Amino acid sequence: MGDPALSRRNFMAASAAAGLGMTALSGCGGDSDAGSSGTTTVEWWNISTTQPTKDVWDALAKQFEAENPKVKIKIVQLENDAYKSKMTALTASGKLPDIFHTWGGGVLRQQVDAGLVEDLTERTKPWADGLLPVAKEPYLVGDAVYGIPFDIGMVGFWYNKAHFEKAGITTPPTTWSGFLDAVRALKSSGTTPIALAGKEKWPGMYYWAYLAMRTAGADALQKAGDDKDFTGEDFVQAGQHLQELVDLQPFQKGFLGAAYSTPTGQAATVGNGKAAMELMGQWAPVVEADAGKGLGDGLGFFPFPGVEGGKGAITEVFGGGGGHALRRGAPQAAVDFLKFFASAATDRELVRKTGVLPVVPAAEDALADPNLQAVQKQLKGTTGFQLYLDQAYAPAVGQEVNDSVAALIAGSKSPRQVAESITKTAKEEQ
Amino acid sequence: MTSTFLPDRRTGPGAAAPPPPAAGADRGRARRRAVHWLTAVGFQIPALILFMVLVLLPILFALYAAFFRWGGFGMPSDYIGTENFSRLFADPVFLGDLWRCLLLVVLSLALQLPFALAMAVLLNQRMRGRAVYRMLFFAPYVLSEAITGVLFSMIFAPGDGLADQVLGSIGLGGVGGEWFADPSMVMATLFLVMTWKYFGFHMMLYLAGLQSIPKELNEAALIDGANAWQRLRSVTLPLLAPTLRISVFLSVIGAIQLFDLVWVITQGGPDHHSETMAVTLFQFGFKRYQVGYASAISVVMFGISLVFALAYQRFVLRRDLQGATTTMRGGGT
Repeated sequence: MGDPALSRRNFMAASAAAGLGMTALSGCGGDSDAGSSGTTTVEWWNISTTQPTKDVWDALAKQFEAENPKVKIKIVQLENDAYKSKMTALTASGKLPDIFHTWGGGVLRQQVDAGLVEDLTERTKPWADGLLPVAKEPYLVGDAVYGIPFDIGMVGFWYNKAHFEKAGITTPPTTWSGFLDAVRALKSSGTTPIALAGKEKWPGMYYWAYLAMRTAGADALQKAGDDKDFTGEDFVQAGQHLQELVDLQPFQKGFLGAAYSTPTGQAATVGNGKAAMELMGQWAPVVEADAGKGLGDGLGFFPFPGVEGGKGAITEVFGGGGGHALRRGAPQAAVDFLKFFASAATDRELVRKTGVLPVVPAAEDALADPNLQAVQKQLKGTTGFQLYLDQAYAPAVGQEVNDSVAALIAGSKSPRQVAESITKTAKEEQ
Repeated sequence: MTSTFLPDRRTGPGAAAPPPPAAGADRGRARRRAVHWLTAVGFQIPALILFMVLVLLPILFALYAAFFRWGGFGMPSDYIGTENFSRLFADPVFLGDLWRCLLLVVLSLALQLPFALAMAVLLNQRMRGRAVYRMLFFAPYVLSEAITGVLFSMIFAPGDGLADQVLGSIGLGGVGGEWFADPSMVMATLFLVMTWKYFGFHMMLYLAGLQSIPKELNEAALIDGANAWQRLRSVTLPLLAPTLRISVFLSVIGAIQLFDLVWVITQGGPDHHSETMAVTLFQFGFKRYQVGYASAISVVMFGISLVFALAYQRFVLRRDLQGATTTMRGGGT
């Protein structure tokens, strides 16, 4: 037993310090005055609170400071959800940090519309042109660049090669009807075809979003969000295709109550070989190995199949990543830091140590994992892009998509009702 | 709410007033009373301020925000009248919440509390290991809701969970199923967990009540030839009534506000079949950032709790609030 009084005092001190920290945070948000000694302090807000990323980023900031003696980088790290709500408050108050984490999409566009974000088009042109095009996509407003990526990823099918072989499937399906056939074949071979986390709703949404992209085209989801109208026939069709899949009863027993990353969840079900595949982002292999045993080399990746007669192509991807934007009027040092952070040397370091996918083509050689190489290959050949819906849409609309698609999968909403519910929620948001 | 249980009017300032005053002492008495009064106010002000800032103001503000379309940042400005409320009472999910709330109240009163009472009566007997049993049955109540939730989502994991394995090994494999994942079974399973978690608390309340019943009464009934059932029916239960009434009150309020267990185990799913008012509130307030609408939900929840609490105190707890039922009314102490 330790000394309870001491540990309690430490705890009190820690919480007092945390309290002070929060006060300090709420006070700042964009002061970057050049100090009297001529040094510039640049504030960098990010969400890398976990290891190894935290230390790697700290070290990179130190390295940048060493190369630029007149610049000091002040790192502020917030946990994901805390960061989101803090940024919403800062956006309302009109003061953003010099460099801040962004996922792009609707949230970034709101900040741009409020005149709070620096237009980087000209200032980053010389070096940002060489970055992976799909990675830059989320941060474009019109043709203007408002953010620089450091990570990019996408959703696709992760499958158990052994199960596919056992069911006699030699090549992964590329069409929706081929996919449904594969599901049937897996089922008759005695394997649960798909693992799904029904309790968490967002993994189910991926199916609808991808099907909508395949039937209505890559730009349709963004356009429907802007027009607040999802009742187009293509979106109803997307729901009908999902219905076709649900009717085959392809999911694991009790999927409606399953979570994603728990020991009995979606990732573990695939990782332990109890289901043949899951539709998930590039982080899937890591979570499968973490929550379950993991499949190692037995795991394969294939892109979401195309839908016959649809307007979309199989090369269009649904995904997202992470990037940095600058507040309007941020010092030149902040732009320099973005350049440093998007250099091949830094990106290699990030790919090797923090598991992100490269955004600088020259850093691809650092990518060792064959599955991630497959994802990267798909990303490089991308012809269209849709950002994750919770970033692309207002929170209420994103949640409604999750909720109605979950209802469709549970059998309580028809494809048309899904389209109508989402439209209704979109119209309620001003 | 609990403070209303203790309206002891006899011990307020000035309660210890001396017998009828002489005319000359009148002024001194008035001054003393003023000092008394000021002291009381002085001591109450800090608590009152805290209560206002932390309880009253948020309640009033939620009431105000419920009439706005408001995303939670800045001040509400988009006044929409009672639209939030009309939307609320047209939403099948919220109407389902009300129905499920009623269901939980009925199940608690009809099954959980009688079970707790039976255990309390049983553990009030002389028996070996009585203290151990009491501790065991009370232990779940001490466990946090989150831990209970995680524990039972593992136990009731379809197929691999402890529940299905045990049922299967005793040849009842068909009885189990998808538990929390089955829309038609989720409420029953949830209620099972709630009973496991909370019956020990009510059992403890009853045990305390039982111990305060004078032994002589039961002995007298025994001498009069009353059997066990008659003693329970005519001696124990009437004397336990105040405890029962409080326990019912706590149980109903708990069912109205149920959140943590549901959130951890099912998040209201599958397909809203285990959603409670508090879960819906959380979804809209903190997931969709429709804080105005979420405020409307909280106002309705508050209203239901308030009406129930006031009505219950007015009609059911009236006798308890006037003094212990074991004393004769008007007879004094």
